Amino acid sequence: MNKSIEEIEDEIVEEFSLFDEWMDKYEYIIELGKNLPSMDENLKTEDRKVSGCQSQVWLNTKSENGKVLFEADSDAIITKGLVGLLVRVLSGQRPEDVINAKLGFIDKIGMKEHLSPNRANGLVAMIKHMKLNASSLINKN
Amino acid sequence: MSHFDVNKIRQDFPILHTSVNGKPLIYFDNAATTQKPTAVIDALVKYYSEINSNVHRGVHSLSEKATNAYEASRKTVQKFINAEKAEEIIFVRGTSEAINLVANSYGQKHIKDNDEIIISTLEHHSNIVPWQMLCERTGAKLKVIPINRDGEIIFGEFEKMISDKTKFISIAYISNSLGTINPVKNIISLARSKNIPVMLDGAQAVQHVKIDVKELDCDFFAFSGHKIYGPTGIGVLYGKESFLNEMPPYQGGGDMIKNVTFERTTYNELPYKFEAGTPNIAGSIGLAAALNYVEDIGIERIAEYEHGLLKYGTEKMMEIEGMRIIGTAKEKASVISFLAGKTHPYDLGTLLDQLGIAVRTGVHCTEPLMKFLKIPGTVRASFAFYNTKEEIDILTNGIKRAISMLI
Repeated sequence: MNKSIEEIEDEIVEEFSLFDEWMDKYEYIIELGKNLPSMDENLKTEDRKVSGCQSQVWLNTKSENGKVLFEADSDAIITKGLVGLLVRVLSGQRPEDVINAKLGFIDKIGMKEHLSPNRANGLVAMIKHMKLNASSLINKN
Repeated sequence: MSHFDVNKIRQDFPILHTSVNGKPLIYFDNAATTQKPTAVIDALVKYYSEINSNVHRGVHSLSEKATNAYEASRKTVQKFINAEKAEEIIFVRGTSEAINLVANSYGQKHIKDNDEIIISTLEHHSNIVPWQMLCERTGAKLKVIPINRDGEIIFGEFEKMISDKTKFISIAYISNSLGTINPVKNIISLARSKNIPVMLDGAQAVQHVKIDVKELDCDFFAFSGHKIYGPTGIGVLYGKESFLNEMPPYQGGGDMIKNVTFERTTYNELPYKFEAGTPNIAGSIGLAAALNYVEDIGIERIAEYEHGLLKYGTEKMMEIEGMRIIGTAKEKASVISFLAGKTHPYDLGTLLDQLGIAVRTGVHCTEPLMKFLKIPGTVRASFAFYNTKEEIDILTNGIKRAISMLI
């Protein structure tokens, strides 16, 4: 059986607990960003773009066997690393669970500041879109 | 002239002795807003502790004190920018409101279908959108002076652009994104010969260069208090009396009226005609304290010291591999906008923040300029007279460290 959202969140929190220094944390996120496969350029359309004026995020949503599948990309590498974490947590989950996800891990790993609207990095909008897309899948079914 | 002692000056700014993310704060976001000296903070505390009251209406002593202080602030501003009369100083919230006031009030009376308004590619959104809105209402057209690769206005294009249709020119004195100092004297003198009014957006200028509105001979000049070490929410619109007198009020409310009946209202005289509602009394007093503080140090000395920082910062930056300074005008204020290799401004700004260094990243409210330059934005380090070369060293080392993490 697939891991639940909470289980994956706990995993991530545990991974980050290994780092004491901010630099190690950011190095890890940058690494995740570099390793996250880039989205097909053809998929980077206006309607898949969740905008923030500082960095841009693209989100593609599919459904398979009653689960939501996400893929995402960003032009900024730190944002891309964080986006990768969100995809890891939410992709492959049931739409209901995506909608109800609290995503407390972002705070726990010390990355809450990136969710501030002030950052305008597209992350907040991305979470909103993930949930909206999940709820529109429920409505379709 | 006594020696410019930056360490002594730094003592005047409490926030410069705080920490961010466990590191001593290095504040290089001065083009967004400047820090406040104790003189300004104390003036605000004193106002609220001792004379807080509404202005222009009470017969009681406190109201008289507050009114006197408010009007004294107006005179301080008048003196600071060398305006002919105190009545030409209108207190507003900031530069944006000042430009909106002129676009609405002057625009409503004088701008018609097919008229043209000239701005430049370098403008902040505050000096674009109010004019666009005016154009939408009236059918006038916005003309934009192009810039060259260094980020300088192409004066020849401006000369060609100006015509019988040109009815207003509104230009930034200094670009907030690139630091370019525009040739405003030449612009004004050409406009003067054609009888076209000129407004200067002085938001980035007033803290860096001596402003003398009489010598400049501009018709309107706007600036924000918080960019010259004063409080937020207070700013100034200077306008020549002849213009302000014949312009209709912008907002209605208390203080701006002479008599009100349900049939008809007559308006107050300058400057009150444009100051509807209870003004930012504390803000004006804080602003006056800031201007006095700057005056005591001397704007020429500030400019000279900041120029030294700009020169040093530019040299140090250029030592970094892959560094690209955006905005290389010959005449520049102490602003360095840059891109480092292939790093995204957001990533660089985030890592610098972890090092306690505050820079601005993004498009700096100049989206059309960034489109023109074909870049997603920049990282901007903007220096004030309380910054030091040592801080610049920490910045350039921080940038090198961030680049090594990101690439």
